[in-house]
Amino acid sequence: MTTITANILFILIMPFLFIGVINRVKSFWAGRQGPSVIQPFFDFFRLLKKGVVLSRATTALFYWAPIAAFIAVLAAAFIAPMAGGRSILAFQGDMIVFIYLLGAAKFVNIASAMETGSSFEGMGAAREAAFTSLIEPAFFIIMGASAAASGVMDFSGIRAMAANHEASGVLAAVLCGSALFIMLLTEGSRVPVDDPNTHLELTMIHEVMVLDNSGPDLALINYSSALKMFVIASVMANFLIPAGLNPALAGALFAAVILLSAVIAGCVESLMARLRMSHVPQFVFFTVSIAIVAFSIVLLKMSGGLK
Amino acid sequence: MGFKVIKNNRTVKLKDMAEMPLDTLRHRIISSCLKGRRLIGFFAGPHEKLYVMLADDAGSTILTACAPLNSIKHYRSLTPDLPQAHMFEREFYEETGIEPIGHPWLKGVRFPEDRPDLNSTMESYKFFKMEGEEVHEVAVGPVHAGIIEPGHFRFMCHGERVYHLEIQLGYQHRGVEGLFAKHGNKLMPHLAESITGDTVIGHAQAYCGVIEALSGTLVTRRAHAIRGAALELERAAMHTGDLSAICGDVAYLIGNSVFGANRTTIINTSMLLTGSRFGRGLLKPGGVVSDINAETAAKVKKNISAAYENIRIMAHEMFSASSVLSRIQQTGVLQKQTVMEAGVIGFAARASGVALDSRADHPYGIYNYMPIHKHTMDSGDVFARSYLRFLEIQQSVELVKELMDNLPPGAIWKEPAALEPDSFSVSMAEGWRGAIVHAAITDKKGSICRYKIKDPSFNNWYGLALSLRNEGISDFPVINKSFNLSYCGNDL
Repeated sequence: MTTITANILFILIMPFLFIGVINRVKSFWAGRQGPSVIQPFFDFFRLLKKGVVLSRATTALFYWAPIAAFIAVLAAAFIAPMAGGRSILAFQGDMIVFIYLLGAAKFVNIASAMETGSSFEGMGAAREAAFTSLIEPAFFIIMGASAAASGVMDFSGIRAMAANHEASGVLAAVLCGSALFIMLLTEGSRVPVDDPNTHLELTMIHEVMVLDNSGPDLALINYSSALKMFVIASVMANFLIPAGLNPALAGALFAAVILLSAVIAGCVESLMARLRMSHVPQFVFFTVSIAIVAFSIVLLKMSGGLK
Repeated sequence: MGFKVIKNNRTVKLKDMAEMPLDTLRHRIISSCLKGRRLIGFFAGPHEKLYVMLADDAGSTILTACAPLNSIKHYRSLTPDLPQAHMFEREFYEETGIEPIGHPWLKGVRFPEDRPDLNSTMESYKFFKMEGEEVHEVAVGPVHAGIIEPGHFRFMCHGERVYHLEIQLGYQHRGVEGLFAKHGNKLMPHLAESITGDTVIGHAQAYCGVIEALSGTLVTRRAHAIRGAALELERAAMHTGDLSAICGDVAYLIGNSVFGANRTTIINTSMLLTGSRFGRGLLKPGGVVSDINAETAAKVKKNISAAYENIRIMAHEMFSASSVLSRIQQTGVLQKQTVMEAGVIGFAARASGVALDSRADHPYGIYNYMPIHKHTMDSGDVFARSYLRFLEIQQSVELVKELMDNLPPGAIWKEPAALEPDSFSVSMAEGWRGAIVHAAITDKKGSICRYKIKDPSFNNWYGLALSLRNEGISDFPVINKSFNLSYCGNDL
């Protein structure tokens, strides 16, 4: 029971730190002192204290969407494997429920953005739908590779991929991990896909969809988005952390990999420009290529093609 | 030719102006512009006359003429034959109500309160429309996110692609020209400085040029040198700030921060000269207000050398980062032909291979003694406009250093005499965006009765609209920033 409580607390707190670390890395590259890594925590409570302004054009859908999306992402977080490959809820086929929970969250976000009737938000919604839908096939191929390697259709199979420390298995696991990192940047609306810092509506993807949200709604939306990044990072970490470590070491390593991915995301954000909008689909679809290579390696190994 | 030919910063008596009927003048303007001259002034003035100025950049002269308007109601428009006249004629129509027949697009420029046709309002104006199932319109502004001026942009799009951008300005109209004429016997350099807040020295220089020409004041070489240093500092600071903003718009954070920090160093250096980071209060007719001693000169040199070193390193990183280049190359291309037809000027024109720079073409002040190399680029895209800014920062820094090393001796200010009555005077100064033109006409008491201002933004806004065609709508911010035009400079 205490493990579960600890796990839930970990899931709830890490997204704040994740964003905090990204912002801190960015301020380091910008030569600024930067906000404290727990600043997102304060921002969350500052927004919670504010009132909500609702557009007259919107209905109950707009009102409930942030909550629905948050619940969907939180449920996905309970399914996702955490330290040591254990998740709070594990069942056969959980990976499929996982990706569709994220999909459901996106659906309500897009629907609520369309409801405002603003041309900006419609534009942002179209972009978000177009770009992130390209990620889904990659995720399924990655999970297919994990299922093929382990013979089980749930997240616990991830760790079987590199279990024997064979070169081919490790390679496949690293490829899956890197594809998931791109997924993290895309789903989290970070550079090079989107720019979370811009104030220019015309270039936004995710930010423009939430222009009409304020106060607690905005707090939930921001938190859901951070939680989503953290959850994808935790799936990624499971690919990269070797199985069979003692639980304490595995837990520490898990947290370290997640924070490291935040550091890398911060470096990417500081040191490269974002992609031209028309090049984003290519970049996102690149994850599919990586996933296919990983899947092929697993298949070759199974058929005895790789010794 | 039929024009009265003068030089930059010179005066001509109204009775000596070349005067001809409007139809003849129209014909002469067109044939003269076919030979490479550019329209720089076209406005109604006292004695019910139209005053016209053309710049002959190759010959370093300004061609002036006037035509009686004698309560005519309309004339044949120049624009169908001379597209670069379109803004001038729209402005002329809005101010006088005299209709240029055949003008394709007589939209109001700034909707001033004293316009003859009060029925034409910003609200009743019919924007261009595009129809079709998959076509959509995106409207931005006039109130924007971020700290920028008001302007309304309407994009006609097909998906992410922009077919046409229509820009609506005029929200910042303050009646600056009218204020100069209302207080025609006062010297108001501070008003000139506030025409656009980012080109303080440029507009003050043009204002002082007009007043000094009208009063026959000879400015000392030391004052010219200080003015030149301030102008080049302003250019370097604005270009650096814009490089920072261009980096910001493509989410290249490190460029955004480094250029931003060094822009501060440069404007703080301007503060050493004037006490104001934006150069306010330095120029006044007859010279400058404050002198530069050897110690300040050394400090200025030290500051800008340090800033330039950082800018050079950062520019090297920026212009070799493939992620940045992929965003700015072939984005927002303005062809050379378009630049010449639409009358785009300044660094935007130089980035498309049109070498216009009034410091070299119509030398004034210290540039009479310092030849300027006109940097140009060919590609006309955001990359060209960005890289050209870097080249110009380098050039400005070198010029300031040279001026600080060789400040001529002498006084810095001389009381200007009274203004010549019944005269016309014109002054061009190269602000960082391009050539600023000020013209003034005095009445028989020697007081200014008509003042005309042309900021380079007046020419270039339409160039921005043209450069957006067939671009992705999400590239608008970076294309816009690569021009960084002034709203209040256009709205006056």
